[in-house]
Order: sequence, then structure tokens, then C-alpha cells
Amino acid sequence: MSRLRASRHCFRGWDLSEDPYKVLGLTRQASQDDIQKAYRKLAKKHHPDLNPGDRSAEEKFKQVSQAYDLLGDEEKRRRFDRGEIDAQGMERPQHRFYREYADAGADHPYASRAGFDDFADADDIFSQFFTRGGDRFRNVRMRGGDVRYHLRVDFLDAVRGARRTLTLPDGSSMDIEIPAGVEDGQVLRVRGKGAPGLNGGEAGDALIELEIGDHPVFRREGRDIHIDLPITIDEAVLGAKVEAPTPMGPVTMTVPAGANSGRTLRLRGKGVQGRTKGDELVHLNVVLPERIDPELESFMRRWREQHRYDPRRPMKGAA
Amino acid sequence: MLGETEVVALVQGLSRRRLRQWVQAGWVLPAQDEGGSGFSEIDVARARLILHLQRELKIGADAVPIVLSLMDQVYGLRQELRRLARAVEAQPDAVKQAILRSAGGL
Repeated sequence: MSRLRASRHCFRGWDLSEDPYKVLGLTRQASQDDIQKAYRKLAKKHHPDLNPGDRSAEEKFKQVSQAYDLLGDEEKRRRFDRGEIDAQGMERPQHRFYREYADAGADHPYASRAGFDDFADADDIFSQFFTRGGDRFRNVRMRGGDVRYHLRVDFLDAVRGARRTLTLPDGSSMDIEIPAGVEDGQVLRVRGKGAPGLNGGEAGDALIELEIGDHPVFRREGRDIHIDLPITIDEAVLGAKVEAPTPMGPVTMTVPAGANSGRTLRLRGKGVQGRTKGDELVHLNVVLPERIDPELESFMRRWREQHRYDPRRPMKGAA
Repeated sequence: MLGETEVVALVQGLSRRRLRQWVQAGWVLPAQDEGGSGFSEIDVARARLILHLQRELKIGADAVPIVLSLMDQVYGLRQELRRLARAVEAQPDAVKQAILRSAGGL
């Protein structure tokens, strides 16, 4: 729609988004033949070459051509008449009517009990049929409906567990406990926090679907957390004690002498928390200093004279 | 899930303020999360419907909840009727015939 508005500013007085029928001086009942005739007449009259010096003729001519492009093509005309495309032949967003959702099932927040609540007191087949809930054929008291919510959870909160306060549409709030180790898409059920029950029935539950965010450092695979930990060449060669981040805070770990890139160290119990604790798997990554200083360079030159090695030997003949 | 801004952009003529009023009044029921309201497609369609009721059909703010409630009940009834029809449909032929006879359908 903003596109239509924008085009209004382009040409003073002439509006490209104008009704193409009006542009051709026709009604919607016009035949294809009428359309063609009207177009030819107007195109002749407004052709820019026949109207030198009349700037508006050019715009008018464009407008007439555009109207004819649309209405002269039977298929495009039909689509325009149905409102599927606009006067410039652009697709219009298709609005789906409310009934398409409301009539598609009862799984939406506006689903109504359809005024059957009073049937629930009567002891007849209707009350049994129209009484929802787990105990349809015995208990005429109705349990309240479950209400669905969506909650975005921080990566670390999902790993460690957290408490959150949700504000409900009616302004009230609900404290929920996010247990450690919840997974993306998991649904938490909070008993009694859904719609109130009827005729003394218990309240429904709140169903909270969790969406768990990513983390720039930690990756999660099942119960384990993975990180890539950069180490320096001297730490790799000589071994070192280094600090590694874990979801529970940094821990000091020992990098053994000779640890290579790709070597994985396991920090027990530092993964996803919960009843069974996962581990954190630290993938070492040897990183050269940002600038190779002359000392390192000359050392390497000397070193390789005596200690050449070929880490690619196992790949020889791979293809 | 759509945010307020997206809903306002999708429904021509709808202002953020008005949408908030509707949510406040319970006419539109978005899902709630920490980032605020999350609207789904049915909420957008319902907002468009409410705007149409008010603008084109000149239904006043007092009457809108009545209209919405009646509509919700009709859709609810249609669901129940479908459920009942499916239940009848699932019966053996003899039972089906008997039900239709006593309902005056035959």
C-alpha cells in the first residue's frame, strides 16, 4: 500500500494508481472490445508525439497504456476485478478472512464453548456430548481450557535453570520455574494457570512453549556443551594451566604438553545441568600470535632444518 | 509470532494505540512472552475484522464485544456440530439411519 502512496507523489495531477476503468472512461461492465476501442481512441488523443509541449499528455498516455495493459489482458483483468492485483498489476497481499482461522478448528484462543455450558447440568446425552475434558461421560463439571504461551529463554538460563515472571494478557503475572536442561520447543505445563473451570471444575493449565536462544561461545549438543578454546603455541608445546569459560563460570584447566588443535578435553559436570549433568567438551585450537616477530621466525627457520615433519602423509593418495 | 509493529503494518488503518486498547479489552488475545505480545495470523485476521466492524459497519465500541462473543459462539457451535456429525458418521449404517429418522432428516 505504501507503494501506491509513493506513486502519488511522482506525477502532479496524474495518478498512476487510479482506477484503470476510470482512466479509460469505462465501467466494470465494459466488454474486451469496448476496452480496446477506448484505449485506441485515448492513445491517439494523448500520444506525446501528437501533443508536443504538453507534458501532461505524456503522463496521460502512460496512464492509458498501463490501464490497457491490465484490462486488455482478460486474465489480468479478472485478477484485478477480484482484487488480487492492484492498478499497476502488482500482487496484492492476500488477506485471509477471520473465518478461515476460526472455522478451522477449536485450537485457537477465541474458541468458544458455544453456549453449551448450561447443558452441563442436565443428565442427558447432550450434556455428555458437549462436556469437554478428560472425563466426558462421567463428570459434568468442566475443567478450564489450557492456555498456550510462548517464552523466549536465554541459552544460559536453559542450561542452568532459572525463574521467570510472565505477564499475562489480563495484567496478572505468573512465576514459572524453568528447570535446568530444558530444550528448544519443549512445553512446560503450569498446573491451574489456564482458564478457570466451570461448575466447580478445576482450572486448566498454562502450556508454555520454550524457544531457546543461541550463545556466541557455547554450543549445546544434548546434555553436553561444546566450546572452541584458542591456545597459544607455547601453551600447546609446553602445556599450561588456562582458564576456560563454562556456563557455570570460568574454570582453570590443564592443557597437557603437546596438545594439538582438534584435541578435545572434557570438563565433567560442566555441561547442561539438571538431574544428570552433562560435560563441557573443550576443543583446543592452536592460534599463532597476530604478528610473527623476527625471533620466532628465525627460530622456526633453524628448527625446520633439523625437524621437518609431514602431517599430511596420511592424506597421500586420497584421490 | 508477530510483534505490534508488524501487525500494525499488516492491517491498514490500524494504529498501535488502538491495537493496545483491543488487547487490553480482551478483543484480541496475543500470546505473551518476555519480549511482549506475540501475535499470530488469527490475531491479525481478527484485528482486521474488528476494524471492519467499527469502520464499515459502524458498530460502536460497546457493541463490538457482543458481536465478537456471538461470532465466537457461532464458530464454537459449528465445531460442535461437526464433531457431532463425525460421531454419527462413524456409526454403523443402521444406527445412522435411526438417528437421521428420529432427527427428521429422512
